[in-house]
Amino acid sequence: MTALTGTGRLIRLALRRDRVLLPTWIVVIAGLTAAIGASVVGLYGTVEERFAAASFSAANVVTRIFDGPAAGTELGSLVLMEGYWLLAVVTGLMGAQAVVRHTRHDEETGRAELIGAAVVGRRARLAAALALAVGATLAAGVAATLVLLALELPFVGALLAGATLAGNGAVFAAVAAVAAQVAASARAANGSAAAVIGVAFLLRAVGDALGDVGEDGVSVVSAWPSWVSPIGWGQQARAFEEPRWFVLLLLGGAATILAAAAMSLVGRRDLGAGLVPPRPGPRRAAPWLASTLGLAWRLHRGPLLGWATALGVVGVAFGIVGESADELFGLSEDLTAAIEGMAADAGLLELYFAFTTGLLAIAASGYVVQALLRVRTEELQGRVEAVLATAVSRRRWLLVHLLVASAGLATVLGLLGGGGAVGYGLVTGDWRAGVEGMLGGAMVHLPAGLVLASLLVFAVAVHPRTAAVVGWTGFGVSFVFGQLGALFELPQAVLNLSPFTHVPTVPAEPVTWPPLVVLTAIATALVVVAVAVHDRRDLVLAS
Amino acid sequence: MTDVIRTAGLVKTFGATRALDGVDLQVSPGEVHGFLGPNGAGKSTTMRILLGLLRRDAGEVRLLGGDPWRDAVDLHRRLAYVPGDVHLWPNLSGGEAIDLFGALRGGLDERRRADLIERFSLDPTKRCGTYSKGNRQKVALIAGFASDVELYLLDEPSSGLDPLMTQTFNDVVREARDAGRTVLLSSHVLAEVEALGDRVSIIRDGRIVETGTLDELRHLTRSTIEVQTVQPVPGLAQLPGVHGLSAEGDRIRFEVEPAELDTVLARLSRAGVTALTCTPPTLEELFLRHYDVTVPAAGSRR
Repeated sequence: MTALTGTGRLIRLALRRDRVLLPTWIVVIAGLTAAIGASVVGLYGTVEERFAAASFSAANVVTRIFDGPAAGTELGSLVLMEGYWLLAVVTGLMGAQAVVRHTRHDEETGRAELIGAAVVGRRARLAAALALAVGATLAAGVAATLVLLALELPFVGALLAGATLAGNGAVFAAVAAVAAQVAASARAANGSAAAVIGVAFLLRAVGDALGDVGEDGVSVVSAWPSWVSPIGWGQQARAFEEPRWFVLLLLGGAATILAAAAMSLVGRRDLGAGLVPPRPGPRRAAPWLASTLGLAWRLHRGPLLGWATALGVVGVAFGIVGESADELFGLSEDLTAAIEGMAADAGLLELYFAFTTGLLAIAASGYVVQALLRVRTEELQGRVEAVLATAVSRRRWLLVHLLVASAGLATVLGLLGGGGAVGYGLVTGDWRAGVEGMLGGAMVHLPAGLVLASLLVFAVAVHPRTAAVVGWTGFGVSFVFGQLGALFELPQAVLNLSPFTHVPTVPAEPVTWPPLVVLTAIATALVVVAVAVHDRRDLVLAS
Repeated sequence: MTDVIRTAGLVKTFGATRALDGVDLQVSPGEVHGFLGPNGAGKSTTMRILLGLLRRDAGEVRLLGGDPWRDAVDLHRRLAYVPGDVHLWPNLSGGEAIDLFGALRGGLDERRRADLIERFSLDPTKRCGTYSKGNRQKVALIAGFASDVELYLLDEPSSGLDPLMTQTFNDVVREARDAGRTVLLSSHVLAEVEALGDRVSIIRDGRIVETGTLDELRHLTRSTIEVQTVQPVPGLAQLPGVHGLSAEGDRIRFEVEPAELDTVLARLSRAGVTALTCTPPTLEELFLRHYDVTVPAAGSRR
């Protein structure tokens, strides 16, 4: 028996377990590629428009940070500039979570013990998890290549773009493999891998921001930090311009070294334990924790902190870009037309604020979906049983979670709009326009976000098994309609399905109360029904 | 005095499965009531109906004078529940979880809390995610027994505890009973109920098949007698109520039904008894009889 005995069988087991999850990730990655690609192809039809877009992005620090380094005027280059980092992050998360799911998470549920007691080599579980994750990232790369080809982009560029995407995924899967050996728990391993992905994004953001505009005026020569980030390597491949194939060697080499390191660490730790021992916790509960509200806050504060920070920073950036709003919208005639269709007689700056806050507010409502699905998880994993066996009513328990999540959404929107106001105010000195435009534009979406929240609470109460599907579908529909509805000219009846469609486009339009009141009333009605049903149904009980 | 728990004809179905098929359970104040049955017999389902976590389909339930579904919150202030499989928040420490449950139930006794942590030797600074099953169970037990309540609902509470901790658990349950509290203790560990239970209800396939004190239940089954006599005892095997007779030299072993014990002893004494042991049935034998598993006769067990 070698250290790898049984790997093949474990790979088949992992494929069987992930037969729905991984294909879903890959479809999402392909869908994102298609959405980003189609919007770029649709917006920048002419050479002039492409030149304007590339030169604007190359010269603008904020687009360098939040999109990527411009690399010429090819359509494919613009697609990768707009969306490569997002695809790399999503692919990386897919790979990293797959590795942790089949290593440390299995150890925590006790499955790994059964497997380890069978005729299975010491390193077989990690090897199988890595094989599965790398296989999935390769499949995602192939899917992205096919989508780019379907958009009639050149073959070589599409191939290299797909390959670098797969390479990024493989590197982050290998990072997760190391984290799974070191971290104290599966949660911590997932968190560490996500943090590495975040740092990779930040390094290349710094490198691109500090870079120079190339001699052609439509590309960026990034500074060195971009070259120490795997996401940076992917962006530097310039797949559609002058392909740098050696980037694949960097990605492959890093993935191999990290995977080898993880394989050698497997032998140095115990099953279920990381190399880092878990920190001891407090001996007593803090007074604020020991209540339903305190517990809900404790459960929600981590994700809230993440969302609030991310959207606050993004808000500042979009506020800063507001200074050059007219320049930005001038890039594409289609974009200008779509934006001006939002509200007649409004200035370009107001339209810019309305457009960006609209998009970002929908993105922010992803927080409320994630937060409220925690309610479902608490029930599914049996923790709610012990809580409801104390003097806590079902009603109180459900409403407290809704309260914390809703207040969280208001906070996220406030930081998004407040950050935007600060960003715009600092650059232009016009604080009033920033507050009205960014803060007002963001906060006006709160009722629509609450409709999404109450829809999820309704699903949790009435049909808990479909809650996750309902929540993420609602979010996805809102997002797709919000971003692409106008561009694709979807019929209004379809667009009306999204609660965000009904929000007045502040500040391009004045605040009109009727739709906001109706949205709030719908949210309230859903919650009332949800509470009534939840009071009457059996709990879903573990074991 | 009114019963702490009384159910009559309790029915609960999950889809096509009839988990409870008319459960009649009655628990008196101040007793430790053993609730015995194999896995899947309906113990946890009954407990969860008593807690108002599941809704009954038919039948009557009264708990502490209230309706467990309608009056859940008020009743829960007066009881503590320890589930068979304790699920906790992995990133909370054990101490935090104990305080949290105590506070949600309406406060806990600080001295009892410290005392129980000591006796169960729990490290309250460890994260719940790193606890073993037994340690998670200790968290729930400490949080439960540190609360000043009238009724304890314990669903297979010691299934993860080692023998030493099981002893501590038994002591804690006895202290609760001595303080006048009522305990409903479900288990498939027979020794546990034998050591603690004042009365026992046996549940099988969603029905209570037997209920009573341990002594009463023992009368339902056979005692094992091992006897040495001066003269042989003719015709013993043919006596009504005698089963599984075996002889080895002048030593005879057999089982006898309680109703026939007197007749059998009279016959034995005529033959001149030189040594006699009479073993009451273990709960195990009692228990197995209700699940149609034949217990091998004591003599034939080799």
